[in-house]
Amino acid sequence: MARLTTPRYGRAAVLLLTGAYFLVPLACAVAFSTGVGVPGQHIGFEAYTGIFTAGGFTDSLALTLKLATATIVLVLGLLVPALVTVRLAAPRLRTLVEIVCLLPLVVPAVALVAGFSAVLRWGSDHVAGTPLFQALVALQNPDFPLVLVLAYTLMALPLAYRTLDTGLAAIDLRMLVEAARACRAPWSRTLLHVVLPNLRGALLNTAFLTLALVLGEYTVAAILGYQPFAVWILAISGSQAQMSVAVSVMGLLVTWMLLLAVATAGRARRPKETS
Amino acid sequence: MTDLTSTLETISRTRTGATVEFRGLQRSFGATTALDGLDLTVEPGELVALLGPSGCGKTTALRTLAGFERPDSGTLLVDGEDITGVPAHRRDVGMVFQSYSLFPHLTAIDNVAFGLRMSGVGKAARRARSAELLELVGLPQHAGRFPHQLSGGQQQRIALARALALRPRVLLLDEPLSALDAQVRLTLREEIRRLQQQLGITTLFVTHDQEEALSMADRVAVMRAGRLEQCAPPAELYEHPATAFVAEFVGVMSRIPARSGADDGTVDALGRTLPVHGRLPGAAEVAGGTGEVDVLVRPEAIEVTADGKGTSRIVGATFLGATTRLTVRLTDGGEVMTDVPTHAMATLPVGAPVTLTLPDRPVLVDRHRRGNSGRDGS
Repeated sequence: MARLTTPRYGRAAVLLLTGAYFLVPLACAVAFSTGVGVPGQHIGFEAYTGIFTAGGFTDSLALTLKLATATIVLVLGLLVPALVTVRLAAPRLRTLVEIVCLLPLVVPAVALVAGFSAVLRWGSDHVAGTPLFQALVALQNPDFPLVLVLAYTLMALPLAYRTLDTGLAAIDLRMLVEAARACRAPWSRTLLHVVLPNLRGALLNTAFLTLALVLGEYTVAAILGYQPFAVWILAISGSQAQMSVAVSVMGLLVTWMLLLAVATAGRARRPKETS
Repeated sequence: MTDLTSTLETISRTRTGATVEFRGLQRSFGATTALDGLDLTVEPGELVALLGPSGCGKTTALRTLAGFERPDSGTLLVDGEDITGVPAHRRDVGMVFQSYSLFPHLTAIDNVAFGLRMSGVGKAARRARSAELLELVGLPQHAGRFPHQLSGGQQQRIALARALALRPRVLLLDEPLSALDAQVRLTLREEIRRLQQQLGITTLFVTHDQEEALSMADRVAVMRAGRLEQCAPPAELYEHPATAFVAEFVGVMSRIPARSGADDGTVDALGRTLPVHGRLPGAAEVAGGTGEVDVLVRPEAIEVTADGKGTSRIVGATFLGATTRLTVRLTDGGEVMTDVPTHAMATLPVGAPVTLTLPDRPVLVDRHRRGNSGRDGS
């Protein structure tokens, strides 16, 4: 029996250490934002309640969520048809698609945004007065900067590629498609009614990862001069230190809740095994 | 039972029984030729089994008919209408696949109803028809189950119901039984045949299992290297194979060396002079009197007698139940398979010298082949 319990202690120790690694900074953040650890400060949740009334909170969060939605739609709209086609019709292109999708991993966000600014500046210098110029302006519309959607889509490609590709590998795509075609389903309906429902988990995971990426992205947005959520947090941290930490803690909690929601949604319609 | 009969009537009261024609189909994948000028006509309401070794093009032929492969050249006709360029979803064929192809996210009844949903049939109508079909394949109580809650045999029954739900003109079965256990395979084999006959639907059945082909099909089409070797009813295929390949691929066939006799078209084999039967290439050589040929014989056609002076020797015995299959080595080293009743085995132990006798009937002959053995068809 003693032999059996020894590794259990070991496991507990590992769990304790990793737990501490994650929880101590978090606990410190909560303590600081509520004023527990700060001498001479009264304890309370003002920092949290203040979030909702602070200037710019609603706007920046709304912008981030809009950007996230657009990015998710664009990523899935690009990748799902591309990966399905590659698997069914052009398996030889798989390596190429993989390389293209993983390329953004080796391009730092700073380099990416430098490229973006260069292109935008070149555009405004050279195409002024043409319809292309209008398009460039629309791209940088401060209410909904499409340029950020494009940047985030690029940055999300590696993660999205991995999750979608794993999801596709887990189903017998060719068989399902052929079975659907033999049941008189045209291509579009095959994709909609057979492929997508069976990729549910992968789609939700991709959406979640993309959402997490957009929620936390700072560099590109800050350098291009927009103020989504992450940029706003940093902006107010100068003036209201407690509130900025409170917002970060909230951000973490929201992300976790979304993760749980995605995980539950992925499992919801899977019926339990009988027997 | 009356329910089932009426169900069958509603299903067969449709345009079943189309004629299917393959005309000169060619298809290559890179360097490999899958179809090399396939010609085959399937009559209305007939079940034709496509049989052949792996890589002979049988699956490609079926997939071409389903619309999943495009032939490089040649035409496909259904009821005289050219469907070569018609996309898969407008071909009006039902298909059952080798492995479990049910949609994992749908229940059994929704799987069966899928095609009806794609064709725009109303919800009530498609539920009613799907229920009918589940009844037909004997699984009405499993309507609400998901594929992973069903056994392999049940999944294939549902797949069959799904394929039949749209009242297709042609039913395609791509080795539908090969992933199942022996017992389930036997019952499902009979069930598919019964349904097919009752519905009178033209059916193509791909299999590499000759027993399956011979027991189910109206005609068996033996394919080799992308071409049709012979298409004939099972008994004819077995008794009168058109080529040496068919002779050796279908059933067990042994080669016994023989000499062509005089110019009267007979051969001398195992000490007997026998007339020659059949259209095999060897027959011409016998007529030409060129000398050495092989006689092809089925294991049940050879008589074995224990004989102390016999020149052949039993080298192996395989118990098959009522009969035992003996492997007998001839003087020249060739081996012959022969079936004897198991109760006669007492006098025929392994190692015993024996004499083989051929019945006094016309025999199949082929060109002499060195190192002959059992059914090496290649």
